[in-house]
Amino acid sequence: MHDRGGWPTDDPIDRAEHELADWELRVDAIVGALAARRVMNVDELRRGIESMSPEEYEHASYYERWLYSVETVLKEKGVLD
Amino acid sequence: MSHDHDHDHDHEPIDEPAIALRVQALESALVEKGVISHEDVRQRIDWLVSRSPADGARIVARAWVDPEFKGRLLADAREAALELGLDPGPSPVVVALENTQNVHHMVVCTLCSCYPKALLGPPPEWYKSFPYRSRAVSDPRAVLGEFGVVLDNDIELRVVDSTADIRYLVIPRRPAGTEGMDEEELAALVTRDSMIGVAQPREPVTA
Amino acid sequence: MSFAAGQQVRIASRSHDGHHRTPAYVKGQTGTVVRIHGTFTNPETRAYGEHGLPKQQLYLVALSSDTNEKVLVDVYEHWLEADE
Repeated sequence: MHDRGGWPTDDPIDRAEHELADWELRVDAIVGALAARRVMNVDELRRGIESMSPEEYEHASYYERWLYSVETVLKEKGVLD
Repeated sequence: MSHDHDHDHDHEPIDEPAIALRVQALESALVEKGVISHEDVRQRIDWLVSRSPADGARIVARAWVDPEFKGRLLADAREAALELGLDPGPSPVVVALENTQNVHHMVVCTLCSCYPKALLGPPPEWYKSFPYRSRAVSDPRAVLGEFGVVLDNDIELRVVDSTADIRYLVIPRRPAGTEGMDEEELAALVTRDSMIGVAQPREPVTA
Repeated sequence: MSFAAGQQVRIASRSHDGHHRTPAYVKGQTGTVVRIHGTFTNPETRAYGEHGLPKQQLYLVALSSDTNEKVLVDVYEHWLEADE
């Protein structure tokens, strides 16, 4: 689902700019902090995102996917309950 | 956008969606467990909001005026950024892709959204979108057309899919009529999109 | 296996259960090594909390193309074979 190269689509590219919301910046920052503290790395983040169901993946926004991944991977690792 | 206020985590955000509360809960849980600190997050937010295409533009402008710098840039863009006192970001390798008379480069991450955000700021939404990620490799000229770029047929179009941890920065071609402009003036012509490869730099304003 | 700049290579067409960074659209294609990036931890194991060692050589490969549009992609050495 994440592997989009060459995926057939007629969709035009929506070029609207979108400023990041506070919560999105915060998610990005949390991921960065977890990586710096060697609690969760970028490969785990990507793997966590890829574990979403296709439906969830398509409908979640970019940082919602990150949030899902952090929650999922950290629970799996016993860092979060 | 209110990321300049000190985040006192006792205050209840007004009008933020439920997801913001979920993020706060996540951060609180992680801090409570001693996994990260609020300061870690604050510092990282500060860094993120400090990022913009201005740093990338400085690199391009220097490369336009200084052929020896350009040589070093093409060999190791990370070192070249450091040479200018810029932060190349956490990626161990940054590669500069030079557009020439014969070659035009365009960058995509088909698998996710890998992007040199230390040098360009956060990626635009379209860069992370499904249509860009799928069509950049299957129909790049049409994608460029959507961005208003038409390349001559004899120009080779190279689409670079950054599937690993290499960060790619396109060095666009210096526009004509810019002789005698200083680096600052040249940097002002270099847009974020020209360093992704979906646009040309701005043309100089004729007085 | 290590490869030299300019060498002709083929990207493995095998499937891989789990996280990997070789997109489906490049599998089975031939190309030319244009840049040798150095060694990096293996995302396939690092994605599951392992150290990602031993490090793998990473290459920028220009996929073979008859047109003047070329796709270049970063591929780890264990996904490449020499193409005679």
